[in-house]
Amino acid sequence: MSDIAALPDLLERCREICAQHGNRPDALIEILHAVQAERGYLADDALKGIAQALNISRAEIYGVVTFYHDFRREPPPRHVVKLCRAEACQAVGSDELARHAEARLADSASIGVEAVYCLGNCALGPAALVDGKLKARLTAASLDVIFADLERQA
Amino acid sequence: MSAIRIFVPIDAAAQSVGANEVAAAIAMEASKRGIDIELVRNGSRGMLWLEPLVEVETDAGRLAYGPVSAEDVPSLFDASFHSGGEHRLGHGLTESIPYFAKQERLSFARCGVIDPLNLADYEAHGGLAGLRRALTMVPRDVVAEISESGLRGRGGAGFPTGIKWKTALEQPAGQRYVCANADEGDSGTFADRMLMEGDPFALIEGMAIAGHAIGADIGYIYIRSEYPHAIATMRHATEIWHAAGLSDFRVEIRVGGGAYICGEESSMLESIEGKRGQVRAKPPIPAISGLFGKPTAVNNVLTLAAVCDILAKGAAYYRDFGMGRSRGTQAFQLAGDVARGGLVEKAFGVTLRELVEDFGGGTRSGKPLRAVQAGGPLGAYIPATALDVEMDYEALAATGAMLGHGGIVLFNDSVDMAKQARFAFEFCAIESCGKCTPCRIGAVRGKEVMDKVIAGEDRTSNLALVEDLCEIMTDGSLCAMGGLTPMPVLSALRHFPEDFGRE
Repeated sequence: MSDIAALPDLLERCREICAQHGNRPDALIEILHAVQAERGYLADDALKGIAQALNISRAEIYGVVTFYHDFRREPPPRHVVKLCRAEACQAVGSDELARHAEARLADSASIGVEAVYCLGNCALGPAALVDGKLKARLTAASLDVIFADLERQA
Repeated sequence: MSAIRIFVPIDAAAQSVGANEVAAAIAMEASKRGIDIELVRNGSRGMLWLEPLVEVETDAGRLAYGPVSAEDVPSLFDASFHSGGEHRLGHGLTESIPYFAKQERLSFARCGVIDPLNLADYEAHGGLAGLRRALTMVPRDVVAEISESGLRGRGGAGFPTGIKWKTALEQPAGQRYVCANADEGDSGTFADRMLMEGDPFALIEGMAIAGHAIGADIGYIYIRSEYPHAIATMRHATEIWHAAGLSDFRVEIRVGGGAYICGEESSMLESIEGKRGQVRAKPPIPAISGLFGKPTAVNNVLTLAAVCDILAKGAAYYRDFGMGRSRGTQAFQLAGDVARGGLVEKAFGVTLRELVEDFGGGTRSGKPLRAVQAGGPLGAYIPATALDVEMDYEALAATGAMLGHGGIVLFNDSVDMAKQARFAFEFCAIESCGKCTPCRIGAVRGKEVMDKVIAGEDRTSNLALVEDLCEIMTDGSLCAMGGLTPMPVLSALRHFPEDFGRE
């Protein structure tokens, strides 16, 4: 995969995104989301570009980026499955599901399963966000179908 | 003949079980058969086990069919469901389904009924009446109306909203803010999400009323990133609201970063300011020094939705629902291993048993119910033998439990309560903001000690250590994250000692 986050225009693009948010330091989290949505993760140059545009230190941005679970400092896997691990999904077997996923994807390079704590689909668990799409009442079998679909797309 | 109106929810939960595919199948089948329909994508009625719940408008009212899959659609047309025909998935009139009929829908009266992004539809169903009345009143009177209604914060803390607003209003002149807390991170809760996706203007209207009451012209809605559908709907609704020019109040949306702690109000304010979501020491309270150091009303989504109704119908109307010091209605959310999961809006005073058994229908798995966790990850585990408690802030507190944001998670008899206690510490360790020591270190140590208990290592002294640790976390933490993590731990230990190797 080409490293799109490190393309030479990253600094410039970060400045543009910051300008769209009025170069307001309080919009930092919105800006980080916007850059990550485009580039997949937040490379060093992204932090640098944002720091320059907002006139705040890179250390400060680093502190924010590392505080929030959403932000990535490394390229994400091709497909991301965010499996809910919170209590309501535990009550319907999400722990077993997570173990199943881990075993199933032991050598998968393209699918990453990540823990998330509540997707607000607690009456229809176990729930997951599959590349941003909400899924319900997952079982080992339905999860395998999802993985197979993603692998075909990869 | 005018087009037949067919409703297929656009709510995220409905989409997760195939609502979009059902909507597409209905549109295709109707055009194939030359039937003139108007497909409305409404919010959810909250009967989530019936989703996708398709409704057809008839002279007698809206008829419900569900759960519908895309494969069922041709047979629904064969049965002429579009003119109210009988089908095995039919439930009669939606509003006569007992689960729905037994509710008291105030804040959720429009949710699932209207097209969420149609302002005219919103107004035709009672929307804007609260704001219009508020704008004819002086701020002090709006605050008094809220105080009289007895409304308490629905986020979990249950603090009287009127007092919060009064404090903000009385601050020296200058910039003020309204912040809607839509960082609904508690497992087992989805009411904020449902409202934002099904009736987004209600939240904005409530914020505009709050803005008028405390003298703020800017509001922020802080929505968690785990709710992409709600974010999209609220963004769209905000644009429509601004374009309609209904009031001078402006709303901005801020998306969270996946941190549970940002549901704590001061941490949320830090996050809206673009910083790490670390909690602030109180005092000062946000009503005095909140967002950017200015007086700020921080209110939960459901609190703000209730405000619309209170202003539209008067304080007495709202106050007449409920019991004791818990006035009005609460959106209870039935989740976990539950047969009929969904949202139940009822006046305070309904018992946990009515919610779990009459509405919820027991477990989905059919296994015996063992425990219920009420009030999210920081709430108590309540044994299946103690369901007769009335759902009221004080009554629950008296039993060592809490209402929180109204989530009720059912666990069957396969649950290991020692593991759940361990998870409470683990979750706190993952989500602690790290500012205070009892929470940051206590959660990690708690998890380690629970690992020893589970491994059967010197249980008596290790459990004594857990209890000691819980005391320190309760007394010494800066906010409810560390302060309440002991609640699930100790309730599990008290009610289910056998799972911890205690007799």
